[in-house]
Amino acid sequence: MATTEITQSIDARGMACPGPLMALIGAIRQGQVGDVYEVLSSDEGSKTDIPAWVTKARHELVEVVAEDGYARFVVRQAR
Amino acid sequence: MADDTFSLILFSGTDDKLHAAAVLAVGAAAMGRPVNIFLQYWALDAFRDDRVRKDHGVSPEAGEEHARAVIEQQNTTHWIELLEQAKDIGEVTINACAESMELLGITTDDLHPMVDGVWGVARFFMEAGDNATFI
Repeated sequence: MATTEITQSIDARGMACPGPLMALIGAIRQGQVGDVYEVLSSDEGSKTDIPAWVTKARHELVEVVAEDGYARFVVRQAR
Repeated sequence: MADDTFSLILFSGTDDKLHAAAVLAVGAAAMGRPVNIFLQYWALDAFRDDRVRKDHGVSPEAGEEHARAVIEQQNTTHWIELLEQAKDIGEVTINACAESMELLGITTDDLHPMVDGVWGVARFFMEAGDNATFI
């Protein structure tokens, strides 16, 4: 896990639902297969929305880490 | 449209309901579902190009305290921007109800460019799938 290299970090803390998810979707559209994104979100909705979207869009949720006051989602672009 | 089309009839023209509807539209679009939005009455009025950005108030149940919260939320992302995002990532169509257009004396030139066209009710249901949500 510690070796996962982040291609792009998205600090979406303070953004309301569905802002953090939209920021991730936007980044992935510009990105390439294999890119790894880190999304920081303080929005409660992200906890369900980001995993749901990643599954639906067939990318890979590498990890979700609860930090102080926000969560950190690491997503690998799979297609 | 596809079986999983999310059909949304917007009737209310207050900013809280339009914002809630726009959030649903973005979520559905993100999850790959076609979104079919039909504008009636006060929602249609809010989509007049020169009125979109105006204050449309909030539902009576909001009360003063929550009304402020809605205004703050609006300051982050306006509902028209959420709908633009929904259109950008998914298959989202927005059509005005022909009857409401007539009732309110609105012509297509008056509408925000996000509105794709004017439909009768039957046309809406032709695209609506098995169910529709009324807000």
